[in-house]
Amino acid sequence: MNPYKLQQLVTDILLHGILILVSLFMVLPFVWMVSTSFKPENEVYTTKPTLISPNSSFYAYEQLIVKQNILNNLKNSVVVSTLYTLAALFFCSLGGYGFAKYKFKGKNLLFTLLLGTLVIPPAVGMVPQYVIFLKLGWIDNYWGLIVPGAANAFGIFFMRQYISTIHNELLDAARIDGANEFQIYLRIILPIIVPGLTSLGLIFFMASWNSYLWPLVLLKNPENFTLPLMIRMQIHGLTGQTSFPYQMAASVISIVPLLVIFILFQRRFLEGITAGAIK
Amino acid sequence: MAKSQSGKMSKQDWWGYAFISPFYILFAVFGLYPLLFSFVLSFTDWKGRGPLNFIGWANYALMLKDNVFWQSVQNGVIIFLIYVPIMTFLALVLAVILNSPRIRGYKFFRLIIFLPYITNMVAAGFVFQSLLNQEVGLFNLALEAIGLPAVPWLNSIWGARVSLGILVTWAWLGYNMVIMLAGLQTIDRELTEAALIDGATPVQSFFYITVPLMRPVILFSVILSTIGSFGLFTELVSLFPQSQGMGPLNSTVTPLLVIFRQTFNNFRFGYASALGYSFFALIFVVTVLQFRFFDRSEE
Repeated sequence: MNPYKLQQLVTDILLHGILILVSLFMVLPFVWMVSTSFKPENEVYTTKPTLISPNSSFYAYEQLIVKQNILNNLKNSVVVSTLYTLAALFFCSLGGYGFAKYKFKGKNLLFTLLLGTLVIPPAVGMVPQYVIFLKLGWIDNYWGLIVPGAANAFGIFFMRQYISTIHNELLDAARIDGANEFQIYLRIILPIIVPGLTSLGLIFFMASWNSYLWPLVLLKNPENFTLPLMIRMQIHGLTGQTSFPYQMAASVISIVPLLVIFILFQRRFLEGITAGAIK
Repeated sequence: MAKSQSGKMSKQDWWGYAFISPFYILFAVFGLYPLLFSFVLSFTDWKGRGPLNFIGWANYALMLKDNVFWQSVQNGVIIFLIYVPIMTFLALVLAVILNSPRIRGYKFFRLIIFLPYITNMVAAGFVFQSLLNQEVGLFNLALEAIGLPAVPWLNSIWGARVSLGILVTWAWLGYNMVIMLAGLQTIDRELTEAALIDGATPVQSFFYITVPLMRPVILFSVILSTIGSFGLFTELVSLFPQSQGMGPLNSTVTPLLVIFRQTFNNFRFGYASALGYSFFALIFVVTVLQFRFFDRSEE
């Protein structure tokens, strides 16, 4: 083997080694989470931990499902995230279409204003937002988690970029056929932008699924909790003590649906993530 | 085809307004109105009931003497310094490695490193709480196995901050790496290849070619991380539930957590609003400074 090839080999091994090390660090918490979720309570606090306990069981999952009805919370998460995603996709694609394909007075100013709203940290308006939610009676229901972000600047910006690439001839042809502008959106634009909607929808769904602060504030009754709130509940729990197997089992239940969706739609998801950042 | 007539709006133009209006309506109600009302509230001692009682600049004066708030600002800076440089550098290095045609399993590694990003922070915080436990956590058991002393990760001031840095790096490294990868793909690969042929080492080509060309992407990543550091919330309450996210001796409390607690635990709406505005101003100044810094280093 010549020195150049040897050097290449060493470099290759080194680079793959770095990737493997980082990957192990990334995977470790998931492995630990799953492992702990199957353990009996008394095997969690030990200086000789096992990866797969001989006493592994579905006990924590059974308890969560039977005693705490966590499937109801899973349903809540699905409902909130789906409704939010559909509403946000509709309003953002409509807004993006408006900005991409129409000329109107003040368009540039309005668009700058829209982008400007991105720099406002959410914490500034937190108090009045809470007061508005109280006045509207948006406690222990999902309106406050769906409506305020339904038409958001990021989504409209994303969709404007996407819809700009559609040729105007298509729209004009539909106009000649007598379609009105909203029909053009429904029949011409929507079918073309399905890949973009998928990318953006995955981002919206994930954000809603994982959100914590507002659900924590607005949802009081455990029956209405979304999954992240259920994980936290396992501290106080029914016994009043922290239960790591319960917490980890609830965590697994909260992560798996998103994991499946992500792996199925990985390419679209990553497109959405990078399109927002690089443009 | 409808045409725009001078001076008069055509039918089509009104459709444009109609299509973009939902954003402005929702923003007016849930964004602008709270922003303005919060400014008014910051000069009152309102607790959610009764008429507004104006107290001038008293909230802001109180803020200047509020140790917890200043501690939270300081923590934001410290936490930023602990993880952002390392995470950003690591994300760029990993992206460069993955971008190399010699790497096998590109998609596999990208998937694995990205997975933490889609994980909710409550689950992540709790599992790290278990991993970092002083007596039985895997981190300390591993340290002890190689003869090193156990570290009080979650129970000491600096341990808590580093723990938070580890959690946030774990969660966001993949996101930043993916952004950097996309950035790298816009760079002409011939540039770095030509440098290597001219005798530059890979390390030189990284620092003299890749880093300067990637400046806009790095800036984007750093600014997002800055806002993130001051706005940590779920990470805190799930990693330090016993102290409700404050950390040992308030070592991890961030401005967002202070504002949250003043609002929802103490119902000091006026004071929380003043803190919110100061937080806004702080983030704004820091972001502008970062833009300046990156612009200058371009010359």
